[in-house]
Amino acid sequence: MLVNRKLILAHFWLAFAVFGVALTLGAWQMFIRSPIGTWLSNPELYYRSLTAHGTVMGYVFPTLVAMGFGYAISESALQQRLVGVRWAWAGFWLIVAGSIMAVIPIAMGRASVLYTFYPPLIGNVFYYLGVVLVVVGSWIWVALMSINLRVWRKANPGAAVPLAMFANVAGSYLWAWTAVGAALELLLQIIPVAAGLKATIDAGLARVFFSWTLHAIVYFWLMPTYIAYYTIVPRAIGGRVYSDSMARISFILFLVVAMPIGMHHTFADPQVGAGFKFIHSAFTALVALPTLLTVFTICASVEIAARLRGGRGMFGWIRTLPWDNPMMLALAFSFVMLGFGGAGGLINMSYQLDASIHNTQWITGHFHLIFGGAIVIMYFAIAYDLWPHLTGRELIDLRLIRTQLWLWFIGMIVTTFPWHWVGILGMPRRMAYFDFGDPAIAPQALSVTLSAIGGFILLTSGILFLVVLARGMRAPQADAGPYRFALAVHQPVTVPVALNTHALWVALMIALTLTNYGYTILTLALTEGTSVPAVYVGAQ
Amino acid sequence: MSARDLFTFSNPHFARGVGLTAAILIVTAIVGFIVLPFAQPWVQFANVWDAICSAAGVPQRAASTAAPAQDKRLSEVVLTSSTLSRPSQEAIGRGATLAQRCAICHGPTGVSRADSPNLAGQYAAVIYKELHDFRSGARTNAVMSPFAVNLTDQEIADLSNYYAYLPRLPAYHPTPQLPKPNIVIFGAPMRGIAPCGSCHGSLDNKTGSPWLEGQSEAYMKAQLQAFASGERRNDISQQMRNIARAMTPQEIDQAAAYYASQPPDVVKAVD
Repeated sequence: MLVNRKLILAHFWLAFAVFGVALTLGAWQMFIRSPIGTWLSNPELYYRSLTAHGTVMGYVFPTLVAMGFGYAISESALQQRLVGVRWAWAGFWLIVAGSIMAVIPIAMGRASVLYTFYPPLIGNVFYYLGVVLVVVGSWIWVALMSINLRVWRKANPGAAVPLAMFANVAGSYLWAWTAVGAALELLLQIIPVAAGLKATIDAGLARVFFSWTLHAIVYFWLMPTYIAYYTIVPRAIGGRVYSDSMARISFILFLVVAMPIGMHHTFADPQVGAGFKFIHSAFTALVALPTLLTVFTICASVEIAARLRGGRGMFGWIRTLPWDNPMMLALAFSFVMLGFGGAGGLINMSYQLDASIHNTQWITGHFHLIFGGAIVIMYFAIAYDLWPHLTGRELIDLRLIRTQLWLWFIGMIVTTFPWHWVGILGMPRRMAYFDFGDPAIAPQALSVTLSAIGGFILLTSGILFLVVLARGMRAPQADAGPYRFALAVHQPVTVPVALNTHALWVALMIALTLTNYGYTILTLALTEGTSVPAVYVGAQ
Repeated sequence: MSARDLFTFSNPHFARGVGLTAAILIVTAIVGFIVLPFAQPWVQFANVWDAICSAAGVPQRAASTAAPAQDKRLSEVVLTSSTLSRPSQEAIGRGATLAQRCAICHGPTGVSRADSPNLAGQYAAVIYKELHDFRSGARTNAVMSPFAVNLTDQEIADLSNYYAYLPRLPAYHPTPQLPKPNIVIFGAPMRGIAPCGSCHGSLDNKTGSPWLEGQSEAYMKAQLQAFASGERRNDISQQMRNIARAMTPQEIDQAAAYYASQPPDVVKAVD
């Protein structure tokens, strides 16, 4: 039951439109710092573009996808009209206003601080206020998801919350809490300096606050992808979810252990104690658990579909899978990229191994493979799956969709594999250009060129994606029927209260944040003399 | 079942969830705060508490070691956002009177005929810093130092504001404009040299860096060589010394010739 289709479509269209712009900037960045581009005579332009690319891809695009998908889940999984539609529109317009407010100073070159802010670098105050508005807009969504679930519970006392909604609300709570770190950094530290009320800033504390947000935000980006794995893919390929409980446990584990791990981003920071770095490293290793559970459950679910289609043998069933189905293709690509990206992630989270790749191009390669690859390819799949239900029109050209997914997969591999490699060779990140004429780095020119070519393959694929969606808006009308989610092999009748509510897990998430961050934040905040003068972008 | 039945140890999910989380936290804490600190044979701890404090990152005063003796003075200038803000007309007037004694080298209109820097329209922060450095001895020059030693803070601020107020004029002997050399717009990434233009104009300006357009070629070359040899050392954190040391003599010539050939009126105005 999708009633507020316009609301959902507005979120998706805005998300994919800004994605298109940021993708173009990204391809240009790859080109300009590769040997095939000439050096940029003004490196500031590169950082301007990089700030826009990161701000859109990190804050605006995935948030809008999660919100639009969340509203769709709320209506179709709970079978009830969205409560608080006006608030939902208010959240949407806040994001529009915030994005415009943030992008103007970036375009003027007054906020080239990158999306990770990097204090003591300080940009124009409107950039930060814009980001705050985007976050506030998304918090409205968090509240609405919670309220809608509560309304449904009242009407269906004791019933099992549909898996899609359970996971969706878990994702929204994770986002609400993880955004607090960056919000504290912005409101207490950066905005007072950017507004001219203070001239110094505790950059070390700011980095700790940001690490609170920066890692768990990845799991917030990941949530729609995992929801699609569990609740869309098995239905789309004609199978069933192997275990509903396993799915719930995975989402619960994300809620608990995604949060207290961000300090692995500060392994090289002297202001954080080594003991806390170890704890965060150990908890980061634990995050592999829900992912491994998911890979197992989804592979089992896919096997069910294959066996139902007559697949036989230990591995013979793989051949009988519906490989011409875009959802099957997207899942396979996503898993391959998740596998490589996850393996790289294990290196990043290890204290000693990290030292060899810290702040190199390896890191950018890693998060592009995980986020741009494994996660975003499922965003495409979600859009393809929902589109007929939102527009009332059929997506006819499956061949074009498959081409788009293939190109994205190939493009991402061609982009990120050489990227990892030059990182191992020691190429630093955040550089506008490199002197490939120097014998010391001349051998890396080939890898960087390949990477840039991958960037253009991705751009082509991104354009194809927008073309498919736009053509879908003008295709002949066709009733796609009600939007359904995958059923489990054993559909839950009653679910233990712990697996049907979030309170316990949210409490554990907050408790672990306090134990793992509390001491470091308090000492840094209370220690005198830890602030440094702010460096204003574009100041004389 | 309600939330009341959930938050009790008789609920197995609660007991297991909380118990496992606490157990993992305790085990990792013991390893991180006690086992691993003692596993480092090169660090000595007095007791377990000492190790825990070290691993937690408790701020400690570093053992008081005497700072290495400085045989040369370093720049001690502090510039805040209010130091030079909004000068009054009187301050500029006082600066103009004081500037009469500077005119012999820096020119009556702030444009030099003697290969000294042109000061007309130079950023106030730049003149402020250099005068302070000449006064403190962080920068020395046989001609300039005696002029600076007796200046008061107020006089330095007034002079800075006066020269910043003057209009930028073309150099006394302008030369035809040269194209931008690589060192100015790209720097030399492999030698750690940022483009000259990213601080000194052409691309961007950073606080405390002078604009260089139309300055004397001989002067700029001499300063780069002085930075390279360590004879001049009033740059904060060796920013210019590190750059000048890595520059080739040819790049020094190119940068000096390029900036000398540029008209100063292209420099961005400062508010």
